[in-house]
Amino acid sequence: MRKLALSDEILLSVEKPARYIGGEVNMVVKNPKDVDIRFCICFPDVYEIGMSHLGIQIIYDILNRRDDTWCERVYSPWVDLDKLMRERDIPLFALESQEPVRNFDFLGFTLQYEMCYTNILQVLELSKIPVFAKDRTADDPIVIGGGPCTYNPEPIADFFDIFYIGEFESGYEEILDIYKECKKNGMTRREYLERVSQLEGIYVPSFYDVEYNDDGTIKSYRKNYDKAPDKVRKQIEMKLDEAYYPVKPLVPFVKVTQDRVVLEIQRGCIRGCRFCQAGMIYRPTRERDVEYLKKCAYEMLKSTGHEEISLSSLSSSDYSQLKELVYFLIDEFGSKGINISLPSLRIDAFSLDVMGKVQDIRKSSITFAPEAGTQRLRDVINKGLTEDSILNGAREAFQNGWNRVKLYFMMGLPEETDEDVEGIAVLADKIAGVYYEMPKERRQGKVNVVASTSFFVPKPFTPFQWCAMDTPEEYIRKQRLLKGSINRQPHGNCIKYSWHDAELSVLEGVFARGDRRLCNVIYDAYKAGCMYDSWSEYFDYGKWLDAFEKNGISISFYTCRERQEDEVFPWDIIDAGVSKPFLLREYRRAISGKTTPNCREMCFNCGAKQFGGGVCFIEREAVYEGKD
Amino acid sequence: MKARIKFQKYGAMKFIGHLDVMRYFQKAFRRAGYDIEYTQGFNPHQVMSFASPLGLGLTSDAEYVDIGLKSCEDPEIMVGSINEALPDDREHGKKESAMSLVSAADYLVSLKDGYEMELQGGIYGNGSMEGNFGERLYGSLEDYGILHDKFRRAFERFYSQPNIIINKKTKKNEMMVDIKPMICFTAFDETEYRKKLSGNLADFRRTESSGSYSVNAESKADVYENKIRVYMQLAAGSAVNLKPEQVMESFCAASGISYNPFAWQVHRLEIYTRDEETKKLIPLDRFL
Ligand code: SF4
Repeated sequence: MRKLALSDEILLSVEKPARYIGGEVNMVVKNPKDVDIRFCICFPDVYEIGMSHLGIQIIYDILNRRDDTWCERVYSPWVDLDKLMRERDIPLFALESQEPVRNFDFLGFTLQYEMCYTNILQVLELSKIPVFAKDRTADDPIVIGGGPCTYNPEPIADFFDIFYIGEFESGYEEILDIYKECKKNGMTRREYLERVSQLEGIYVPSFYDVEYNDDGTIKSYRKNYDKAPDKVRKQIEMKLDEAYYPVKPLVPFVKVTQDRVVLEIQRGCIRGCRFCQAGMIYRPTRERDVEYLKKCAYEMLKSTGHEEISLSSLSSSDYSQLKELVYFLIDEFGSKGINISLPSLRIDAFSLDVMGKVQDIRKSSITFAPEAGTQRLRDVINKGLTEDSILNGAREAFQNGWNRVKLYFMMGLPEETDEDVEGIAVLADKIAGVYYEMPKERRQGKVNVVASTSFFVPKPFTPFQWCAMDTPEEYIRKQRLLKGSINRQPHGNCIKYSWHDAELSVLEGVFARGDRRLCNVIYDAYKAGCMYDSWSEYFDYGKWLDAFEKNGISISFYTCRERQEDEVFPWDIIDAGVSKPFLLREYRRAISGKTTPNCREMCFNCGAKQFGGGVCFIEREAVYEGKD
Repeated sequence: MKARIKFQKYGAMKFIGHLDVMRYFQKAFRRAGYDIEYTQGFNPHQVMSFASPLGLGLTSDAEYVDIGLKSCEDPEIMVGSINEALPDDREHGKKESAMSLVSAADYLVSLKDGYEMELQGGIYGNGSMEGNFGERLYGSLEDYGILHDKFRRAFERFYSQPNIIINKKTKKNEMMVDIKPMICFTAFDETEYRKKLSGNLADFRRTESSGSYSVNAESKADVYENKIRVYMQLAAGSAVNLKPEQVMESFCAASGISYNPFAWQVHRLEIYTRDEETKKLIPLDRFL
């Protein structure tokens, strides 16, 4: 039996001890003597969130395929255990071996959202690894970061030895091979970093010094190690159709957020919505082979015993083999007590048919994400969802028995006017109106429309990376405006409005496009007690404001400032595949309200073609001429 | 058709709460390829019921779950496939039968190593032994032996009271209850336990019949160096239910020891139903 790192007494006095004992179905255990490399992968949030993440399962699977490597996991201890570990000086441990994280060769963080940054420091500190990379010695693991936030890693650059830019499948082998060689030859940490910096997709932040202009913008990045690359190009997996899918994912004991088999059907998105970072950085769109997916579905349900299977992608409706896959899942598993969940489907005859088969119509709702209230603004953001298609979809759903609708919008989008804000209320009202067009006998009680708005945050590598973000005051004013407007609509009593708080989005806005000067702010906020910032009960905006003030850094410099077209961005060091001229072109088209067709209709030469595959190489009728 | 599965819960599994154990088994049955019976509707779930949920932190040799099956194979094959579907911390035997009423359960309560000091000031404290006895306790088996005897005497004194009154708290109210009648017997070593137990058992050999398959698994109760432990048979089930933790808390209070729930490892040994005619006990895996 494995010996646990924590005593019975501690485990029985914290919430959900199962978070810390490992031992889950499909956990990988190896003999430490048989491996050369100990890798600990971390999702810096609580266990139930981290265990639900597909990326970790993929990394865990492919690393453990190597005989010379043992990959284990660690998550942020919840606040109750965090306190006990500090009081009793217990070092943070990995779940599999229950051994201290500090003894590992690598500690890898997956960075999925900005508000997890203080939890990175928590994991480092509890592991007794120096928080700043410059203070680490030969006794410390190499700390490596990956995931979407590394497309602008600068606000956390001081805490990491290495960032890996791109999809893990394609570049991990050499990172480990070189490490093994360096370890064998007794080379130093610095020597390893120098060698690994020569690999594509590897960014070693300490090899660059940043110079600033008087106005606070960046003047230049200067290399302090000659051979460090000028630009770090993202690495992606082009053979997705059969590449490394974890058919034996871990099955946790406690109920986690994603308690089901997740089938990733494709990566990337053909749509090109201008606010969406995922739609840009995961280009080009690559589909997985439908026959391979069927096989995976079968094997994964068998190996996990999960009672639910869900499809994962940015826009499932665009998967070319969707019908075949979905009807296969329903026919094959529907009768075996397996639930099938289909998120991100466009509402049309096909999806309504499928949804009617897999869920209880009376209890479920249909979802639209128009993102903006008027067609004009939807054109600005290139969201190709028209009012007609929304109303037709809703009408068909109502006729089939649905009476709940969820609508997602963003507020504070570039070029947004009060008319666009009120347009949200008008659109919600029209949807409710469609319901009451039906004769009374066909209606199922009252219609229920929920409109929610989030605060738009401009992200790197999107056409809106130059834009200013609204001030929180402006955002709150717009919320009030919308609330009043909804109440005045004829069907206002059927519409519910829910919104996100502004403060969290403001910080997200700072870190999304921030630079290295923010590292100290994050450190100070953490030292003042900030942690689990994405959990509203622990988010303490006041402490954050103090940390900014202490460092003499202005929040609005990062959020409310429109950037010059030629400004040097902190993330310019990264090459995400989409080119700056393309993004700028898209930005200009946005301002003039011009939409851009999707990748299947026409290639707009975004730059992602350089990866040599995916949607960029399908046959199309129209070709973009380069003139706007 | 119903099937009853007996399983052990030990090691790190004691930190998995009852609801999670249920979910865990649902997934395990699917991995094992059991032909499970589901309820109808959009959110089908498995037909299953547990005999008597075990609290967090407790271990057990005898946990029971009844499940609904549409069809089944040879029990031996089914036991093999479920064991394969589970990671190493459990072993299982299986037997078919119908739901029954839980009536009593056996427990072994052991003092965890490192908690010997907790007994200081109580059962071996003031007067009877040297004042600084506690310090010498560590590490010496002989001292453990003395402590073990003192514990036994203190427990016997506790159990010999005509009434043992505890303050039972429920969600709604508090009330004073005499738990003495709910304790069937106590014992301090395995021989004594087996002897007392056999007097309470029905002759259940006659119930052994087709469809029954059991693996004689070794007890998974943790063994501690200090050997301070007590066996007890307690009333269990939906009508009257006494938890071993309640007994220990009351014992500590009566013996002048402060009760530390973390100091005691509670392990369930078996669950019984009562034979209608003879009023004797039958282990759930022997009851059809
Ligand atoms: S190169 Fe063309 S087809 Fe490929 S992702 Fe970019 S716009 Fe789409």
